[in-house]
Amino acid sequence: MKAALDARAPFVVILLAGLVALPLYTAASGDQFTLTLFTRIVILAIAATSLNLILGYGGMVSFGHAAYLGIGAYAVGIFAEEGISSGFLQWPFALALSALFALVVGALSLRTRGVYFIMITLAFAQMVYYVAAGLDRYGGDDGLTIYSRSQFAGLINLSDSVQFYYLCLGLLLVSIVFTWRLINSRFGMVLRGSRSNDRRMRAVGFPTFRYRLAAFVISGVWCGLAGALLANHTDFVSPAMMYWTRSGDLIVMVVFGGMGSLFGPLFGAISLLVLEEGLSRITEYWQIILGPLLLLIVLFARGGIDGLLGSIRREPLVRARRVDLPEPDEASHHG
Amino acid sequence: MLLLLEQCLNGLQFGLLLFLLAAGLTLVFGIMDLVNLAHGSLYMMGAYFAASFVAWTGSFFAGALLALGATLLLGIILEIVALRPLYGRDHLDHVLGTFGLILFFNELVRLIWGPAGLSLPLPPALNTAVDVFGIYYPIYRLLIILVSLLVALFLYLVVMKTRVGMLIRAGASNREMVGALGIDIKLLFTLVFGLGAAFAGLAGLMQAPILTVQIGMGENILILAFVVIVIGGIGSIRGAFVAAVFVGLVDTLGRAFLPDLLHLVLSTTAASTLARALSSMLIYLLMAAVLALRPQGLFPVAGR
Repeated sequence: MKAALDARAPFVVILLAGLVALPLYTAASGDQFTLTLFTRIVILAIAATSLNLILGYGGMVSFGHAAYLGIGAYAVGIFAEEGISSGFLQWPFALALSALFALVVGALSLRTRGVYFIMITLAFAQMVYYVAAGLDRYGGDDGLTIYSRSQFAGLINLSDSVQFYYLCLGLLLVSIVFTWRLINSRFGMVLRGSRSNDRRMRAVGFPTFRYRLAAFVISGVWCGLAGALLANHTDFVSPAMMYWTRSGDLIVMVVFGGMGSLFGPLFGAISLLVLEEGLSRITEYWQIILGPLLLLIVLFARGGIDGLLGSIRREPLVRARRVDLPEPDEASHHG
Repeated sequence: MLLLLEQCLNGLQFGLLLFLLAAGLTLVFGIMDLVNLAHGSLYMMGAYFAASFVAWTGSFFAGALLALGATLLLGIILEIVALRPLYGRDHLDHVLGTFGLILFFNELVRLIWGPAGLSLPLPPALNTAVDVFGIYYPIYRLLIILVSLLVALFLYLVVMKTRVGMLIRAGASNREMVGALGIDIKLLFTLVFGLGAAFAGLAGLMQAPILTVQIGMGENILILAFVVIVIGGIGSIRGAFVAAVFVGLVDTLGRAFLPDLLHLVLSTTAASTLARALSSMLIYLLMAAVLALRPQGLFPVAGR
């Protein structure tokens, strides 16, 4: 971590300072749009950070992470619809439900590898999508409007956009620190070892399936939290929140930012959403640019933004970095 | 009883369409080791081509043939331009790259044909029903079943009886060795991808008169094709066939009969709500069950 910070420290510090100071700017300029956009970015960065834990460090390409966003969001939405707006009830329920779903999907999908894993996580996420679309009582395809944001007994007011933004930012930082602690613990070592060479890890005597499953569940829970935040952010939940392209977006963020780097998902979330915002101002048909751009990035810029930043000042730091974090392109060649 | 027969035919028809998609996907994966999410886009393009060409030529069959050729050509161009650089890369790269292609194709369609869906009217000759064992069944759906079965037979004969098929099977079990033996592997890859694209296009254009031709139509069915492949065993054409028909039947029969079955034990509203949720989950539960028992699918390919 220390070495990783050294190489990218100035950039990360400026970025974080900017994020912390953002509400000051929006309050001064009255630019509510930017605050809304960045709240969204920060929430999706939490989801991307959760995906990075299993994708970047565990080598598990989950193509179904949008399902946890949806589960977390629907937990909040359904409680609110039933008249229970206490966040102390809503949020634990959202997390527990995400954990349960991750446990079932993980237990089934982690029996397989590679492309099977990709397809299975995708299929189960799509199943949740269809179930949500079939919930006639809760809006079905059209979705559900949330009239009251989660209440936390006066501790924090989520309807205040600045307080809500800082809550999201705080949770993002917690998730990054949590990830950092986790991957450098014994648990994280086993997880990363299993990505590099699972057979060897098992030969040494680690029951890697359990470690991978635990990581999968932890990742699902964090993503469920992001879902609960997202529901409060948009005041609306619908099956479209967990359409499979959203899972693709999350993968794009992780790879854009740099897989297996702590701040990569944040870089990725900012760049993807700002890019979308920018392109959609140029042309209505902005995805016609974004699509081929993705292909080009895959082909020519594998390390993502983190890799780019790392390469700028890599020379004196290369040894220190090797100890802590694997090279991004080295990480990517394991399926 | 007659309703059961009708729904079985519907399920068979849907399953065979799924097979056309899954066959291309599983061939491409088996031989090139490429995960192609954009396969559903080829299905969509087939449907759009068909709608345009039929309107342009005024003849259903001429339009369909042109659409088939156009999808084949598009598949070959796509392989050469966009997918070749992805061979040998990580599966994650395939997922991202072809995800980008989906965005591209969806937006391209919106640019060319507009956001509203198209419809493809059937010629009067096909828009009738015939008597099948006591039920009136649309002749067009029977035609889909027939064509799909012929394609499956064609694929079987090509793969099992011809030299190209031998190379395809050899490529599926050991790519490098086929290349080392002096076979033009690039040409083989392009050929196989074109074949898969044409199948996807065929599925799309045949489905076009039944459904609305719209953006994103390839995505949901692509995920069903994934389920088929996972159940059947990746790389196995036989597995794809069995699983596709099975999934088609389970999905169709589940949607048709679950509400009635649940009515027997539950109240009306509870039954219809549960039936809707359950029938859309059915094939995923099926997949989960297969995975729990046989993680490599029903017909695992040796050496993978």
